[in-house]
Amino acid sequence: MNTALLLGLITGIIFGFLMQKGRVLHFEKQVGALLLKDMTIVKFMLSTILVGMVGIILLSGAGIITLGHKSMNLGALLLGGALFGAGWAVMGFCPGTSIGAVGEGRFHALFAIAGMLAGAALYAEAYPFFTSTVLAWKDFGKIGLPEALGISPWVIVPVFAVGTVLLFSWFEKRGL
Amino acid sequence: MMWKTADGGWSPYLAGALVGLLAIVSVYATTQLLGKTSYLGASTTFVRAAGFLEQTVAPEHVAANEYFTKEKVRIDWQFMLVFGIFLGALISSVTDRSFKWETVPPIWRERFGPSVTKRATWAFLGGIIAMIGARMAGGCPSGHGLSGMMQLSVSSLVAFVMFFGVGILTAHIMYRRTS
Repeated sequence: MNTALLLGLITGIIFGFLMQKGRVLHFEKQVGALLLKDMTIVKFMLSTILVGMVGIILLSGAGIITLGHKSMNLGALLLGGALFGAGWAVMGFCPGTSIGAVGEGRFHALFAIAGMLAGAALYAEAYPFFTSTVLAWKDFGKIGLPEALGISPWVIVPVFAVGTVLLFSWFEKRGL
Repeated sequence: MMWKTADGGWSPYLAGALVGLLAIVSVYATTQLLGKTSYLGASTTFVRAAGFLEQTVAPEHVAANEYFTKEKVRIDWQFMLVFGIFLGALISSVTDRSFKWETVPPIWRERFGPSVTKRATWAFLGGIIAMIGARMAGGCPSGHGLSGMMQLSVSSLVAFVMFFGVGILTAHIMYRRTS
């Protein structure tokens, strides 16, 4: 196995281990968040984003890493995001958690995985159609929030941090 | 704040923050060791896996497909990452005894009954819709939700709002009691 594959495997094992420990792989946690009854996955995701953000912004500011923004293609994000949201609620898993859920014995996640493989194959077939329609509508390119707003990322990070902590304390007060 | 949850797991704040550290180390490690910065993600791997499966019956068709050619059907860093998620979850759940063989999730059973076929059908259909959406949007809750948000990508912010907004709406419609 080459370095890339080994590195991916080790990173994935730690990622899966931590998601399982955080109990975010369960169907009821995913659907619970979407029903606004159990905010476990939201707490988990926002904690990851907050910690990761500080490190990523520091490393990219120092020129050690490069940012990899995905294209701000408005039609693709609005329609694709909506389709994903609807499918997510129905299957009760997202791509990463479905794989982890099988690892913790949630056998039914295999049906979701089969559906996602079929969806990927269908997308590949329909790709020429999408590129000439929804993907061709309005593409703003690979942009970050600091450039879009014309401010330093170090203005955004503290605002995000304060907002996140306030949201967390509200969750805890409400027992969510 | 409690570090352990009632079911023997870790606080989602702790586990989530550790994934944040993992994301930073991973971005640094891929840049240094592989010469290319890679961010945590999962949904592209489903495209590659679908390509591999299709290749077994129609190799020419896969080779001629524009999207498979663009995403490259191969085992790469992310493919192994996704496989690793399975192993990591298996190790964690077996060692803390939270591994549980489950065919129909409890809250689904309560609302839609104990039928495995019904659950399987909806999970499959939901999976199709979700993956078409994720590939169109360019990522899932890992690639957009975690990796894109921590880079402050405008696209990921839009995706995040759409994922949760439509997800919340759909879940409320589905699980609403009509009686």
